[in-house]
Amino acid sequence: MKYGLGLIAVAAITAVAGTAAISDSNADKAALAAVKARQSQMTLYAFNIGLLGGMAKGNVEYDATAASAAAANLASLSKLDQSRLWPQGSDNETLGHDVTEALPKIWAADSDIAQKGMALVEAATAMESAAGGGLDSLRGAMGPLGKSCGSCHETYRQAKN
Amino acid sequence: MRILLKIIVVLGVVAAGALWMLSGPNPLPKDTMAGLTGDATRGETVFWAGGCASCHADPKAEGEDKLVLSGGYRIESPFGTFLAPNISPGPAGIGDWSDLDLANALMHGLSPEGQHLYPALPYTTYIHMQPQDVADLKAYMDTLPVSDVASLPHELAFPFNIRRGLGLWKLVNLSESWVMTQANTPELERGRYLVEALGHCAECHTPRDVTGGLDRDKWMSGAPNPSGKGEIPAIDPANLDWSAGDIAYYLETGFTPDYDSAGGQMAKVIAGMAHLDSSDRDAIAAYLKALP
Ligand code: HEC
Ligand code: HEC
Ligand code: HEC
Repeated sequence: MKYGLGLIAVAAITAVAGTAAISDSNADKAALAAVKARQSQMTLYAFNIGLLGGMAKGNVEYDATAASAAAANLASLSKLDQSRLWPQGSDNETLGHDVTEALPKIWAADSDIAQKGMALVEAATAMESAAGGGLDSLRGAMGPLGKSCGSCHETYRQAKN
Repeated sequence: MRILLKIIVVLGVVAAGALWMLSGPNPLPKDTMAGLTGDATRGETVFWAGGCASCHADPKAEGEDKLVLSGGYRIESPFGTFLAPNISPGPAGIGDWSDLDLANALMHGLSPEGQHLYPALPYTTYIHMQPQDVADLKAYMDTLPVSDVASLPHELAFPFNIRRGLGLWKLVNLSESWVMTQANTPELERGRYLVEALGHCAECHTPRDVTGGLDRDKWMSGAPNPSGKGEIPAIDPANLDWSAGDIAYYLETGFTPDYDSAGGQMAKVIAGMAHLDSSDRDAIAAYLKALP
């Protein structure tokens, strides 16, 4: 729940940032830095899942230790405090579609992105316990993990151009 | 001059009459479903492969709630916004429909009263369904929860709000022929059925001509997103170099070969495909790889 709170805090903190009297260009720089940081975080998810997926597909030989390490990374990453990664005004309408794929809906009043983030924490934690328990156990945890990524992308990320 | 005018008027009336006749309903033969008994277990596969829940579940539903087919999902198009109706097995849905009623809706785009349905319900795909699959699907849908949420009206401008006009559209765009004319192995045949009869992949991945029908010469070569934002990627072999294994795995988990994860409407499609047997996902991948 602690991590969930971190995400929920996003809304509150961004509201504050929105009202703070910082100059436009500084705000821009801060927004761009946040975009870069969150995209890097996503890339690290993909990098760690790359090893697990390679094993699940049979392209890489199953190795319990390596799988557990990648899954532990993923679980830790999913639990990082993200409150500074999603400042208000860092959506693709404001910054441009070539800069970010984050949809303005993330910051809407009825946004449930925090729940989507929690769902990832759950799926990544399940993978952490499954990855070392044999190939079938790893394979079984891949589906729910993919679902947790996809369910957030479905609503809050611009589809491919 | 007066006579010429009269002739023109008469011809005009005849033409209009012909159009009116042509735009009338064309239901399935009454005995289409005769002797068929639905099997709910098989019907579940048809349900997920057909992606019914993508449109007919409450757009906010997650998990088991996706089986409550209360409708409400908004489908944006250049003609206006369609709202998927309630098709749960109760009075607000299609509780009193026969198997033949469902077959007419899915395969010929007709309501039980003989009104044309909008092709936002992808009957240009479902026209290829086997009647047995419709019976199985109906048996499965009858086991789903009832919802009493009322269906909402579409938000369409004139003339697209005139259902009768759809008869002509159907004459031009509704075809029983397969796009992949040769499916030489059982796997390809299954893949063709899953893609061209059930999965309606082309409805998103194929561009449309001026009438809004699918351009079969550009099958799966990518298309502008009908909602107006972005582009739906091409998935024909000329443009997508993924292996068959990569495609099948994407359909199961949503992970691309780079372990990015699918978004947009494709995430919903994958949520359905994940319910299929892995041999079915392999068949879809084989079909895509075999396209010209
Ligand atoms: C809570 C919502 C959420 C979850 C959960 C989530 N993502 Fe994302 N993801 C996003 C958003 C929003 C973007 C667009 C970010 C941007 O461009 O600013 C994105 C972008 C990405 C990108 C592109 C990064 C780039 O360089 O542009 C990748 C890769 C990615 N996600 C992978 C994943 C994977 C793999 C998972 C699951 C382990 C995942 N994501 C889970 C919301 C999410
Ligand atoms: C409702 C619209 C829709 C339907 C139906 C649909 N797709 Fe997609 N598809 C998309 C969108 C949008 C994307 C881009 C997803 C993203 O941005 O991550 C996509 C992406 C893909 C990709 C990945 C392409 C790439 O380059 O990343 C494949 C493969 C694919 N779809 C296959 C299929 C198959 C097979 C079917 C039928 C079973 C299907 N799709 C049905 C909308 C659809
Ligand atoms: C792409 C979205 C979409 C998909 C997928 C879809 N439908 Fe629909 N469906 C609609 C829309 C929109 C309508 C309303 C059409 C109209 O009003 O003319 C509709 C109408 C219907 C109706 C008529 C309901 C009535 O009260 O007249 C039935 C029955 C139906 N769909 C069943 C299904 C089944 C079964 C499936 C899966 C095999 C399915 N649909 C898949 C969008 C969809």
